Amino acid sequence: MSTLLEATNISKNFGEFQALNDVSIQVPKHSIFGLLGPNGAGKTTLIRIINQITMPDVGHVILDGEPLKPEHVQYIGYLPEERGLYKSMKVGEQALYLAQLKGLSYKQAKQRLNHWFEKFEITHWWDKKIEELSKGMAQKIQFIVTVLHQPKLLIFDEPFSGFDPINANLIKDEILKLRDKGATVIFSTHRMESVEELCDHIALLHQSKKILDGNLLDIKRSHKTNTFQVGLSSSNLNDLKIQIAERFDSTAAEFKSLENDLKLNIKLSTSDTPNDLLTFLNANATINHFVEVIPSANDIFIQTVKNSSL
Amino acid sequence: MNHLPLIIKREYLAKVKNKSFILMTFLSPLIVVALLSLVAYLTSVNNEKVRTITVLDESGFLNETLVSTDQMIYEYLSDISLEEAKKVSIENNSYGLLHLPAFALDEVSSQIRFYSEESPSLSLISNLESKIEKRIGELKLKKLGVDLSKIKAAKTNIDMNQENFEGVKTSKTGSFLKLMFGGAAGYLLFMFIIIYGNLIMRSVIEEKTSRIIEVIISSVKPIQLMLGKIFGTSLAGITQFAIWIILIGVLSVAASFFFGVDLSATPQQEMMAGAISDASTNSELQALISEFHSLPLLNLVIAFILFFTGGYLLYSSLYAAIGAAVDNETDTQQFLMPVVMLLVVGFYVGFFTALEDPHGTISTVFSYIPFTSPIVMLIRIPFGVPIWEQALSFSILIITFMLTVWTAAKIYRVGILMYGKKPTYKELIKWLNY
Repeated sequence: MSTLLEATNISKNFGEFQALNDVSIQVPKHSIFGLLGPNGAGKTTLIRIINQITMPDVGHVILDGEPLKPEHVQYIGYLPEERGLYKSMKVGEQALYLAQLKGLSYKQAKQRLNHWFEKFEITHWWDKKIEELSKGMAQKIQFIVTVLHQPKLLIFDEPFSGFDPINANLIKDEILKLRDKGATVIFSTHRMESVEELCDHIALLHQSKKILDGNLLDIKRSHKTNTFQVGLSSSNLNDLKIQIAERFDSTAAEFKSLENDLKLNIKLSTSDTPNDLLTFLNANATINHFVEVIPSANDIFIQTVKNSSL
Repeated sequence: MNHLPLIIKREYLAKVKNKSFILMTFLSPLIVVALLSLVAYLTSVNNEKVRTITVLDESGFLNETLVSTDQMIYEYLSDISLEEAKKVSIENNSYGLLHLPAFALDEVSSQIRFYSEESPSLSLISNLESKIEKRIGELKLKKLGVDLSKIKAAKTNIDMNQENFEGVKTSKTGSFLKLMFGGAAGYLLFMFIIIYGNLIMRSVIEEKTSRIIEVIISSVKPIQLMLGKIFGTSLAGITQFAIWIILIGVLSVAASFFFGVDLSATPQQEMMAGAISDASTNSELQALISEFHSLPLLNLVIAFILFFTGGYLLYSSLYAAIGAAVDNETDTQQFLMPVVMLLVVGFYVGFFTALEDPHGTISTVFSYIPFTSPIVMLIRIPFGVPIWEQALSFSILIITFMLTVWTAAKIYRVGILMYGKKPTYKELIKWLNY
């Protein structure tokens, strides 16, 4: 898979404060790339460097094979975390203005805006002022303005904040559609469930450094602990417990089930395979529940950040 | 990509369409004309009032010295006591009673009294004093045996003709004309900077508080946005000024036509009329006209455009930087102070020193210092400043302007993305290195 954006060895200092320390990321084409990290990790600074709002002290950025240059702004759509619109300007005029700043002609902008406004069923907002709209409504306009010039690279910083669940879903679907149509998305958020749903790749920043990156599934694979969650029933649960404890490393587990089961997390040693466990359990009890424990993005996030802080 | 025209257009329309801007544009001339009319009306009422002064001259020295005019009637009493005279004065509702007791010529001067109900106006008293002084002085001269007609014959009136070494004639009228030109230009620039500099600053703050700034600067360079803002706001300002001047003109004519109020009766205009009436003879009027033509008009116009633009841009970039550095208007004070101080220094030097002595050391020095030079130089130029001096001053202004814009743009670039805490001067300097 080819790379759309490559940032190499980026460092940035603000006076004494180091915002980024030798950070490199590669964003594959047509992927959704999650840029994660605790508050103040340097995500926004990195995003601003990609947008040429801030210049890096060291390092360089390559977009689609070319070093980043001022003309590239029209290939990028950016929805910042700190976002807003001119309060006393009419929705339509404002959207046209921002679209033209991104290099669209007046006619193109008008045409595409009509299309989006019809799609979101908001044509009657055209002559309203932003201050007359609710926060969620304004966010919709902001989203449209971000994607209107059909950029190759979309950067969303906390895109779902301010949306109700229905509209958040609408926006999520639009982001996926844009990816399917060929756009590449960089997505920065704290909401791990949306990372699970959307991201193909992630990079994790902590204290100005990149501490983890790669394909999300690969990362999960490398973080799995060979643990299986099982629910068992047997005529003699106590004997079963002892039998298992003699053979495997097991701890009590918590999950919902309809049976009054023995619930365990069983961690396999390197010499055992899942089949060994199944055979063993099959011989001794009835298996109601058997699933591999896959670490969530949230777990990986918390664990990695904790480890790197030590 | 150059988005400057697009940004200028938006900034211009955003200002011009703003309700309070429209209101200000059309209401201010109304208020100004209404106030001027009121002042003019009150002045004319004041002038039309006829005052009566009762005079009791027991000394007999006055002898028709005080002659009644349209606005002042002197009523002479005789053969009554002071107490009765006071009563008569009150009954007649006269403004006051002037009393010269029966003393010898040498002693009477310290005994003259003016009685009135309210304290009399200063100008009236000094007017009376000078008339009586003159009369008693003449009487004393006569007593000493001096022939008054000889004194009159010896009296000389000097109206010095001014001429520079190249032989170009100037006159007091001409100086007044220069004063008007320079003063008007300097004042216009001062007002323009104060009004529209603030407008620029507020519009930068607005972009910060509405959080649109990051969206915009992901499309355009901050310096483009800043310059677009400055130019757009200036164009809106010029529009507003033009409408003001036209409306004030039209409304003044209308006011004097409909209400019969003569606006030229305002104090400043009287002063001007006074100066022009010095041109009592035809030859002096011609001198005035030739004076006007001899003003370096082309130089004036070009210098006005250059220094006005330069000075305005210099200050407005400072205002833009201040707007970017803070989150809200209340925080602007600490940074605005030095800027306004510079402006006020320019204003005072211009209006007090340069008008008084356009080629003195202070005026000359301040017409080179970039932050005061636009105002001071504009005031000096009508009095004749060599072109090389103007060029030098303008070059310094432009170099400073470029340095200031560079600095302001740095502060702007960093400041627009800073929220929360109020920066200190130290931090602003640090920002220059980001």
